[in-house]
Amino acid sequence: MSITEFFIEAAGNYVATIGFGILLNIPRRALNYAGWIGVLGYFVYKFLVIWGGGYVVGNMLGAVVIGVASLQAARIKKMPMILFNIPALVPLVPGGQAYQMIKYFALGQNATAFTFLIQVVMISGAIAFGFLLSELVNRVQQRVWRHRR
Amino acid sequence: MSSQKKRDQLILHTALTAGRIMIENGSEVERVEDTMERIAHNAGAKTSQLFVMITGILMAINGEVGAQIEPVKRRTFDLEKISVVNDLSRQFAAHKITLQQFSNQLDHLDKSTKYFPFWLQLLAAAMVSGPLEVVFRHNLPDFWITCVVGTVGWLVFYLLSKFIQIRFLSEFAAAATIGVLAIWSVHLGLGNSVDDIIIGSVMPLVPGVPITNSVRDILAGNLVSGPARGVEALVSAAAIGFGIAMVLQFL
Repeated sequence: MSITEFFIEAAGNYVATIGFGILLNIPRRALNYAGWIGVLGYFVYKFLVIWGGGYVVGNMLGAVVIGVASLQAARIKKMPMILFNIPALVPLVPGGQAYQMIKYFALGQNATAFTFLIQVVMISGAIAFGFLLSELVNRVQQRVWRHRR
Repeated sequence: MSSQKKRDQLILHTALTAGRIMIENGSEVERVEDTMERIAHNAGAKTSQLFVMITGILMAINGEVGAQIEPVKRRTFDLEKISVVNDLSRQFAAHKITLQQFSNQLDHLDKSTKYFPFWLQLLAAAMVSGPLEVVFRHNLPDFWITCVVGTVGWLVFYLLSKFIQIRFLSEFAAAATIGVLAIWSVHLGLGNSVDDIIIGSVMPLVPGVPITNSVRDILAGNLVSGPARGVEALVSAAAIGFGIAMVLQFL
């Protein structure tokens, strides 16, 4: 990945996350943070894939990072956490694979379609599991936080 | 004693309205339970019993006979309202507003809808579709046409949602429009790749709220509401998929 590509992808993710936030009508104060969390989550995924971590682990850790970062943002801004993690999730959605799956099913090439179906299921499962793990991290952290005060 | 009863009525009304607004606009169940319990506790109720589901809320306070039901009829995505209810609840906990003010503001919030201006929403649809096409497919020449197709697709979704109340049908129609426009624009030489244009343009329709809430609800142990949200997300995804597949059949 060249430097130009890096910046184009960062800008694209930031803009897209904010755009999705506007469609869901999240408050203006939360837009900027949501955008940066989206960029962060996507690059965790991207770098893991580049370094040979595979799609599944990449998506999972991306979702974990989004979940943990969203809780921090929620704490700083004193706003509900879902304002940050829902828009930030959008760049991780397996839109490309889902489309290829639909296309090959529509064209009657079921064998190819099934490979994409498996990818879609694996990626969505990984994202869901990532959110689950981030929730675990958050709960442990909250307990430690309360314990210390 | 009657003033005590009135007070209890007001507590119930406030908590139930807050809960209904939050569920209607796409909050997860655990947050609703938490907020309603806090409201009841801060208003001075000794105990509160809650039963929150995605289609209705049941609440009683102080162990009295009169539990109240609040049905949840419609469901949209307006995360700002959740944030406002959250703020009001915090202010109430800090004794900045009284229970009566809290209740009045909730009723006001329930009636008003403060969305971003329409042109900004259209721009946002373009902002989601174009950049994500570039991020996913690295296809810079198709950036502009994806923005246009994505905006039109979202416009169809928005207008249809106003007239027919079934979200899935609007999603289906929007996806079919996107498919037709993408093929058409490639025919006219405005774009290079039908696949890339469709992938980008469909992104504003992704059911992000149900997916996220479903996972969080299941994890929190709400085994009824979580899967219900999951089904909502699945049907949305299927509606979009069928819309696209139908167009590709006639390719």
